Amino acid sequence: MSLSRCRSLLVAAGLALSLGLALPAAAVQPDEMLADPVLENRARDISKQLRCVVCQNENIDESNAELARDMRLLVRDRLVQGDSDGAILDYMVDRYGDYVLLEPPFKASTYALWFGPVIFVLLAALAGWAFYRNRAAAGPVAAAAGPAAGAGKPAELTAEERQRLEALLRDADRG
Amino acid sequence: MSETSTETTPPAAPSQGMTWGRRLIFIAPTLVFLVLIGFFLKQLGENPAELPSVLIDRPVPEFALDPLPGRGMPLRSDDLKGEVSLVNIFGSWCVACQVEHPYLMKLQASGYVPIHGIDWREKDPMDGLRWLQRYGDPYTRVGLDPDSRIAIAFGVTGAPETFVVDKQGVIRYKHIGPLTPEVFEKTLKPLIEELRK
Amino acid sequence: MIAEIGHYALVLAFMVALVQSTVPLIGAHRGDAVMMDLARPAAMAMFLLVGVSFAALTYSYVVSDFSVVNVAENSHTDKPMLYKISGVWGNHEGSLLLWITILVTYALAVATFGRNLPPTLRARTLAVQGMITGGFLLFILYTSNPFLRLDPAPINGQGLNPLLQDPGLAFHPPMLYLGYVGFSMAFSFAVAALIEGKVDAAWARWVRPWTLLAWMFLTLGIALGSWWAYYELGWGGWWYWDPVENASFLPWLAGTALLHSAIVVEKRDALKSWTILLAIITFGLSLLGTFLVRSGIITSVHAFAADPTRGIFVLLLLAVSVGGSLMLYAVRAPELKGGGLFSPVSREGSLLLNNLLMATATATVLLGTLYPVFADALNLGKVTVGPPFFNAVFVPLMVPLIITMAIGPMMSWKRGDLKGALSRLWLAAVLSLVVFAGTWVLGGGGFDTVMVAFGLGLAAWLLVGTLVELAERIRLFRVSLGESGRRFVNLPRAAFGMTLAHAGVALVVAGVTVSSYWKEERVQVMVPGQTITVAGWDFTFQGAREVSGPNYDAIEGRFLVTRDGRQIALLTPEKRQYTSPPMPTTEAAIHTNGWADLYAVVGDPAGNGPGYVTRIYFEPLVPFLWYGALLMGLGGIVSLTDRRHRVGAPTRRSKAAAGAAARPAGA
Repeated sequence: MSLSRCRSLLVAAGLALSLGLALPAAAVQPDEMLADPVLENRARDISKQLRCVVCQNENIDESNAELARDMRLLVRDRLVQGDSDGAILDYMVDRYGDYVLLEPPFKASTYALWFGPVIFVLLAALAGWAFYRNRAAAGPVAAAAGPAAGAGKPAELTAEERQRLEALLRDADRG
Repeated sequence: MSETSTETTPPAAPSQGMTWGRRLIFIAPTLVFLVLIGFFLKQLGENPAELPSVLIDRPVPEFALDPLPGRGMPLRSDDLKGEVSLVNIFGSWCVACQVEHPYLMKLQASGYVPIHGIDWREKDPMDGLRWLQRYGDPYTRVGLDPDSRIAIAFGVTGAPETFVVDKQGVIRYKHIGPLTPEVFEKTLKPLIEELRK
Repeated sequence: MIAEIGHYALVLAFMVALVQSTVPLIGAHRGDAVMMDLARPAAMAMFLLVGVSFAALTYSYVVSDFSVVNVAENSHTDKPMLYKISGVWGNHEGSLLLWITILVTYALAVATFGRNLPPTLRARTLAVQGMITGGFLLFILYTSNPFLRLDPAPINGQGLNPLLQDPGLAFHPPMLYLGYVGFSMAFSFAVAALIEGKVDAAWARWVRPWTLLAWMFLTLGIALGSWWAYYELGWGGWWYWDPVENASFLPWLAGTALLHSAIVVEKRDALKSWTILLAIITFGLSLLGTFLVRSGIITSVHAFAADPTRGIFVLLLLAVSVGGSLMLYAVRAPELKGGGLFSPVSREGSLLLNNLLMATATATVLLGTLYPVFADALNLGKVTVGPPFFNAVFVPLMVPLIITMAIGPMMSWKRGDLKGALSRLWLAAVLSLVVFAGTWVLGGGGFDTVMVAFGLGLAAWLLVGTLVELAERIRLFRVSLGESGRRFVNLPRAAFGMTLAHAGVALVVAGVTVSSYWKEERVQVMVPGQTITVAGWDFTFQGAREVSGPNYDAIEGRFLVTRDGRQIALLTPEKRQYTSPPMPTTEAAIHTNGWADLYAVVGDPAGNGPGYVTRIYFEPLVPFLWYGALLMGLGGIVSLTDRRHRVGAPTRRSKAAAGAAARPAGA
């Protein structure tokens, strides 16, 4: 696809450019811009939500691919014709699928993505809760299993340890 | 953790409280990892940038493109109705298009299926014409799309791309990249036969 | 001849790796001291052999030996010497050799400085390290030999991508790899401990400095890459949530968690199996990054040429090393018993909370990075997971983390006093609210201002909280200043390192929020003499001229920057056209006043007129990102110099035992 001349970032891994396609900044150009600042702002905003489909993860506003430029112009034309932001995004999705949106839409195919972090938080909370509960139950055993104690042969708690444990549990309950 | 449990003699039985549930917690990372590896194995060798068309089984977008200067035979959406045809996205700047071009010429000579061209992003409309004069003209109709409007409407990501359009003017297939005899014989031809029925 | 020596040395190194990864392991199992001790000379031999190989490739680059394919494809005689050398790792094969070189360097360090390690642990750790190195040697020899010859040799090479011809990027990969590969040490220690069936405070003490070292390098490596993107790509962005950026960020997140959980193992003998798992995961994520970058499985603006053969090989390495160790973990970890008790409200408790949040953040970024792969594999269609997703889910996770970062260090071990800690943080709370309110009022309201006010408030909370903690340690204003000074000097370096690193995070938080929301941009055509005003600075375009460098020609624009008529700076951005390979680059000109950057870019001439396309940016608080990263790295270094972390220092068993005094079992 010889049109995919995208800028390359190479930031994170310090790598050579694979395809030799890198070009530096030629993102949105002054000659593309609309005279009306309100419309132009909307155009920039929409452009930042659309992925340049011939590049890698770049929005069309920052991309210097020619197709990205044409998309920017199309966005502006539609704005001038009075389309809403949503209608323009819908048009692009209609042509390229969800792939063209940098923010994945919330729908069946992305539930796992959007709910994922929530599930991770719940799992982490569960893990933390289980940890303390587990320690409260099994802690004394582990804590007492000193060098004197053989494997799997829990020693009795010393009076001092019992005291400490109770104090600790009381505290945990309280706060 | 006890000093006496050494590497050679792990406790024979899990200590008390070592339920299967607890075991599972320690096995879980391996399971998650295996699932990941499975995904990677499946996707390795696939091209993540290849974007399948979302327009399959939908009518071609409405358009009316100008012809190449002096060539006549412009391309409009209505021209794609009536018989099964191919719509090929090309451009004189496109190196990969030169690769598939001889095959398009052959296909055209065979008269098997009409090929229409969308000449995409020519800086000068004459460029496309000169290119066709130089390498041969396999197209029935050719429309000029200098600002990608129709290419975007077709969901094009690069050139060359080839669409199969049925008699009703509905897009049935999109091939990304140069058309090869192999792709045509294996995929496009059976589809075209099917669509002609 | 030189290249053949390099190749031969790699083959020999592989042989040695076979010995290193087996004999000491058997020795440790049998209790055979001679076999165990073999690990050390083996590690030295590996270092020498791989060193010879790396030197051979570097030599081929320095003398521009184009009969070596790798040199011909990536170098050029016109290139400045610095970039001839950095060109060694500017490609897949060479970077892999660098990776291996760093692997064996770490192993050598353990062999040399690890004299006080228990012999079995040292033997096993080096053996595991030998296995990883062996795997990578096989990888390079089979699929990515950098010493292949080309006959006939071309007159000149194809050159290095000009974007890579940059001092920032010359040192970015080595830094990053020192980080990635450094985590292999923690991994090897973890696997060795699993084989040994023993994790204790002493183990944690051994692992911590290596983890800290790797973390420090990775922090600086990521910052260097970010800095490079900021000044080189020409629109002043510094983070894009690109999959490959995420690939370096993931081990950083997991490594940060590891750094903190290892403290709990050392001090309290708790969280052992979790720490082992983290060590495996952290290095696993480093390997995953390698896989993502080199396999072409995800689309990234970075990435080497996609090659499924290489991909399958890295996947195999990943599966064997990480899969194998996770299985070992599944079998052995349940036997590890947690030691010291602590309440949720305690230093350990806050470290655990840090770990839970870090783990959640890691999982979240991993999910977002890999979701396109999952969706595609499950035929859910192609999706893009871009910055909006990551910002939406990552930021909320960081907020509680940053809030607890100030509280945690104020708590005592085992059982903390949340109320007490909070009451001692009154100053942080007050200043944080002042910053929040002040920003809101001065910013004039609106969504952006609220976000900035919130971010700055958080940063102030963390920064002041961290400083308050330091002040308490040295009993500032409670004892005489001289006494406080003495206390400051005698402060454990690790504690001071933490202060620096946490303060660094505060600066990064401030930099991220302000530069994201208050960045200003002007894109326009400017004719010579024209002035535009951005954020109160006047940029006068004085015109452009042609200049030329060693391997490029350029248009140099001149901008005079003034404020209230006073001259501030002359900015001379360039638009370069390199000759080999032919490619344009933009060289932004940046003037920094320490708080904000003024950033100018010159583009193409507009039409036929005298005007040029110019981009002017006001980048507030971007320098804070670099200060913050430097502080974090500095914190790592300071922490490393702590007596207790010094790798060569004798094991201080008494201290270790004291740390674990909650129960009688010592190290």
